[in-house]
Amino acid sequence: MAAFFRNVIKNKVMLFMVLPGAIWFFFFSYLPLVGTVTAFKQYRFNREGFWASIYTSKWVGWDNFKFLFNNNDAYVITRNTLLYNLVFIILGLVFSVAMAILLSELINKRLAKLYQTGMFLPYFLSWVIVGYFAFSFLSMDRGMLNQILAGFGIEPIQWYSEAAYWPYILILVSLWKAIGYNSVVYLASILGIDKSLYEAAMIDGASKWQQIRNVTLPLLSPIIIIMTLLAVGRIFYADFGLFYQVPRDSGTLYSVTNVIDTYVYRGLKTTGEIGMSTAAGLYQSVVGFVLVILSNYVVRKIDKDSALF
Amino acid sequence: MASEKERKKRDFHHISRGWNAVLNVIAGVFAFLCVFPFLFVVIISLTDEKTLARDGYRLLPAQWSLEAYRFIFRTSDTLLRSYGVTIAVTVIGTVISLILISLYAYAISRKSFRYRRFFSIFAILTMLFNGGMIPTYMVVSQLLGLKDTIWALILPLAMNAFYIMILRTFYSTSVPDAIVESAKIDGAGEFYTFLKIVLPLSLPGLATIGLFSTLGYWNDWFNALLYIDNPNLVPLQSMLMRIESSIQFIQQNSQNSSMSLAALQSIPQDTSRMAMVVLATLPIIFAYPFFQRYFVQGLTVGAVKE
Repeated sequence: MAAFFRNVIKNKVMLFMVLPGAIWFFFFSYLPLVGTVTAFKQYRFNREGFWASIYTSKWVGWDNFKFLFNNNDAYVITRNTLLYNLVFIILGLVFSVAMAILLSELINKRLAKLYQTGMFLPYFLSWVIVGYFAFSFLSMDRGMLNQILAGFGIEPIQWYSEAAYWPYILILVSLWKAIGYNSVVYLASILGIDKSLYEAAMIDGASKWQQIRNVTLPLLSPIIIIMTLLAVGRIFYADFGLFYQVPRDSGTLYSVTNVIDTYVYRGLKTTGEIGMSTAAGLYQSVVGFVLVILSNYVVRKIDKDSALF
Repeated sequence: MASEKERKKRDFHHISRGWNAVLNVIAGVFAFLCVFPFLFVVIISLTDEKTLARDGYRLLPAQWSLEAYRFIFRTSDTLLRSYGVTIAVTVIGTVISLILISLYAYAISRKSFRYRRFFSIFAILTMLFNGGMIPTYMVVSQLLGLKDTIWALILPLAMNAFYIMILRTFYSTSVPDAIVESAKIDGAGEFYTFLKIVLPLSLPGLATIGLFSTLGYWNDWFNALLYIDNPNLVPLQSMLMRIESSIQFIQQNSQNSSMSLAALQSIPQDTSRMAMVVLATLPIIFAYPFFQRYFVQGLTVGAVKE
């Protein structure tokens, strides 16, 4: 005990440095973990505050989970979250790597830099702004898309109430926002490849295409695998902004836009089903945790330095 | 002469002119598509309101007008107030976040710190498991009582373990142990060493984290959506959302409501809304080409660990 206090005193300056951050982690990351017990309770708000609300709510065991998994919601939100993320990961990877290679091959480096700056812009904009951008194209009576359709003599489409189009729209918007950012990561590692490898390949008579296939892609594959695995670890988490702002929270689209994150939010703010959406949140955290651990484990096997922990 | 020769050599290394043109077109078109929606919104905001009602959103409107911007600056103190909230939150938030993160990351980067392993894991665990939206909401609003205060916009974004890891890497690569040790031998205290030696040496790292968090605060609307009801505390992004949903609400109820006409006149017209979007985005549009370098740096450094 005395040794412990001696150590604390010896490390007091460092301890003092981590203290504010540690307090933050305690309140914003660790205390909410306690709150997850509401997934097993029938939540009743209590004026006395956080502890009283949790304490006085009645235990209901697994009832919240049973309701959640019995009423089709769980299926829809899980399917949407997984499928969208899967498509984002695959298409995002293909297009980002292709764009990175393409940019690295351009002869005029200044132009390449200019394109890169343009592509990076969407990353800096908030989902609210992107939602407005989408509206300028998709608005029923004024949007550009319906005007173009009218030019071909096609009836205007009520985009914000036609669920069938939204999987494509969401995928397009997601790619639009992410490609520039991701291709920068790949471009950075392409530029780091030893130039003499290309020269050697060229002397051996390799065409440009063969150089890409046999030099660039193999050397890029560790980072590709790692980025992909890390994304797979996050596959149970959806980008709330994309699924909430871009479809403008339109109720008729929920069948194709509702993901776990938007479901939990609506449970809290609109429908008031606190217990059930905490259950959905816990379901997300637990499965998400397992996926992160698994993918990190695989990353560790491939390249120890790239693993998160 | 020499340059001519050099160019020939370079051409030999590179793709053919034809392919270069094709690739340029592909990259150029995509880059343009990334910028185009913003330009389009600028054009809409500069369109005459009546023309817009008649023709819809056009690339080349029949009648241009600055009325939307005049309207905003004449009538809308909402926008100015939101600007104020956003700027305050961004500045205070970034400062707090830099202080918390740089101290924490420095401590766990020092090998002499006995509890560095414990506090590293304490931070990293938060990346693995979180309580989720609702428990966090309950802690922030009920336990900490931050609902409808500016701190609800600042504190939830102040820290995250990922930034700590990035900065820790920066410290361990750009501040050699020997420097810290020699400062200690010269009689400098831990804090003095940190302030006078470590921080100046790790400026690029701090800049990266600072920019990440500035962007995070400027673009945040989610915390406002959860915690802010007071109209005086609504940040920019969130205000843009609110205008939108209030218009939808009025449009849906306009058939059977007598108050809707008055309400409709008090909310900004289509062009003014787009002008607000432009004004909220403008600072980022001007700043991001300068930030880009640091983001690329941050991205690549984040991938490399000690």
